[in-house]
Amino acid sequence: MQKNNSGKRPTRVLDWLATTFGRVVVSLVVPVVTLGILIVGFRWLRDTIPDNNVQKALISLVAIIWGVGGAAMLYMLSNWLIEKLSPQWVRRLQPFVFVGPAIAILGWYLALPTVRTFWISLHNRDGSEFVGLQNYVAVFTQRIMLEAFRNNLLWIVFGATLSVTFGLLVAVLADRSRFETLAKSLVFMPMAISMVGAGVIWNFIYEVKDAASPQIGLLNAIWVGLGHEPQAWTALLQPWNNLFLIVIVIWLQTGFAMVIFSAAIKGIPQELIEAARVDGATEIQVFFKIMLPYIRGSVITVATTIIIFTLKIFDVVIVMTGGQFGTHVIATQFYRQAFTNQNKGYAAAIAIVLLIAVIPVMVYNLKQFREEEAF
Amino acid sequence: MSTPKNPKRKKMVSDILINGSLFLLVALWIIPTIGLLVSSFRTRFDIQTSGWWAVFPHREWVKVKEFAIPENVDPNGVMEIDGVTGTFQEFRDGVSTPDGRKVTWVGNKRLGKIQIQEHRWVMRTDFTLDNYQQVLAGKSFELKNPDGSTRIVQGDNFVGAFLNSLTVSIPATVIPILIAAFAAYGFAWMRFPGRRILFIMVVALLVVPLQIALVPILQDYVKLDLNGTFLALWLAHTGFGLPLATYLLFNYISGLPRDILESAFIDGASHFTIFTKLILPLSVPALASFAIFQFLWVWNDYLVALVFIGSKPDVQVLTMRLAEMVGSRGNDWHLLTAGAFVSMVLPLAVFFGLQRYFVRGLLAGSVKG
Repeated sequence: MQKNNSGKRPTRVLDWLATTFGRVVVSLVVPVVTLGILIVGFRWLRDTIPDNNVQKALISLVAIIWGVGGAAMLYMLSNWLIEKLSPQWVRRLQPFVFVGPAIAILGWYLALPTVRTFWISLHNRDGSEFVGLQNYVAVFTQRIMLEAFRNNLLWIVFGATLSVTFGLLVAVLADRSRFETLAKSLVFMPMAISMVGAGVIWNFIYEVKDAASPQIGLLNAIWVGLGHEPQAWTALLQPWNNLFLIVIVIWLQTGFAMVIFSAAIKGIPQELIEAARVDGATEIQVFFKIMLPYIRGSVITVATTIIIFTLKIFDVVIVMTGGQFGTHVIATQFYRQAFTNQNKGYAAAIAIVLLIAVIPVMVYNLKQFREEEAF
Repeated sequence: MSTPKNPKRKKMVSDILINGSLFLLVALWIIPTIGLLVSSFRTRFDIQTSGWWAVFPHREWVKVKEFAIPENVDPNGVMEIDGVTGTFQEFRDGVSTPDGRKVTWVGNKRLGKIQIQEHRWVMRTDFTLDNYQQVLAGKSFELKNPDGSTRIVQGDNFVGAFLNSLTVSIPATVIPILIAAFAAYGFAWMRFPGRRILFIMVVALLVVPLQIALVPILQDYVKLDLNGTFLALWLAHTGFGLPLATYLLFNYISGLPRDILESAFIDGASHFTIFTKLILPLSVPALASFAIFQFLWVWNDYLVALVFIGSKPDVQVLTMRLAEMVGSRGNDWHLLTAGAFVSMVLPLAVFFGLQRYFVRGLLAGSVKG
């Protein structure tokens, strides 16, 4: 017995040691190897310059696998490490494996930058000197910024109103047409097009040639056909040239408005509309007295979403005019100050003003969205 | 007798009115894209000399005969050419003959030629793939001129930019969805201190415009030497997409029936197993809807790529390449239209192929504020 025992005890201790040691080693080796692979992969991807597009395609493939696989692996790895602990600690720590990465990234990319940008906005162009609210004073007094604010206002007023109007129009018409699916899908299509692409499309429509040559831009061809002189639509007639840029966003966003309205209209009880018709209401009355009040919530959601979208408008302006001819908006001024003029303090102040402008609209939008319980 | 007929007729009239106005609106909406698509297949010469609608049948003055200026005419006075009379200026604009032709003086007074033109129905359908070849190619290559000679052109390497866009977009779609799904599950089905506060923070971050983050994040990237890498863009798009993704997926995942999870727990499954084996497959509709949005958003993004990739030509995405082309060769419409279409083809395919999910996502609020 004793012999047996004494023989067993060291083995147990050894076993215990071996397993614990083994576990610790494995718990260390696996993460180190994983991270090592990821870091080597990153270095390789960053420093490899492809000679031709076949090589480039291969590198792209590796990059995609590295990125997607790497993210999945990090989750598996951290969970695998946590599950090695006692059940009590698993319960305590596992939630942070789940929400931790999201919180970390949000902290790094959105929460901290808000504080940091505010801090930068209180300093001069390269951050060497504290200037208090001087940048904000400049933002609200300089002519170029006031022009940008005015333009954003134009964007909000015309962009949102006309997108909503056209969206409603198409939704109501399509609802009563046999070609509903086709019509909706075609009006919706521009949503898939980038604003840079849309800029090219509309630049081509606004293209102007001198009066002697044939007009290759659609708008000028019509305009000249009607007996006028060709016009440079996006350059002349300030500030109304902004409207020609706003048209692009209306073109892009009407589809979005239409889809939301279409679903909302289908939610109106048919009896309600029938009853009104029986009572002798005209179609116009049915629309304004019954449909519109019924889908009020959707109209607010769409309008606020488009307002936020237009507040941050950037690509369209950059591609169409680059901000020339009095078309600068808040976001293009931000870009110009931050990256062209290298005036970080001033740019940061513009970004903070943009944030403050977005907050009330967004809060209203979220409140509406919750009331709708769309999901 | 006429009463039963009237409503029928009224219905027909309103049908025509409705479909007519709908058709008009739809036409208004697709003509810009059609113009682009048609132009991208036209030759450079055609694009510069006629509108894209000239591919449809239309009447145009077409040259039927051309000859040198007769020696006996005096360009400074009134001339008689081919049976019609006029001054030089009148011939420059074209003088009509009684049989419906037009005699036109092409060129200047001394070296010009006389053209006899007829008003004919024509279609300018001289289509070509050269524009696409030139836009897509990465190297310089030979291109045939209309007269048979060749010239060397430098390709715009949209293939390379396309690959870059793909390399940016796929991980920048999958990674935020993965992270958001984990977080949504954590917030919905796990109990831990600070759960409510953290979730409210996530939703509150929906209001932050990404402009806020650009300057500080760029500083970080410069310090970490991440600028101009794909990882930099993936992480940035993940950060900017996460609040909405988490919010929407939370709404969906927290709405899944409780008893499925509870019975899985009783069977001894861990959170991780439940998440990967049960929740993810059940959430596919919500994941797909958001994935389409995020993909389109990243693919079409210009600002984030512009700031974090900057001037590195190897990593440039399609939107950057296209915008650059607008700046550098804004009048080369044969290339711009082809380039724009290359940049649109994948999102359009995704859009038309997965429209159902797209609409569902939209109704669930998948629109970046």
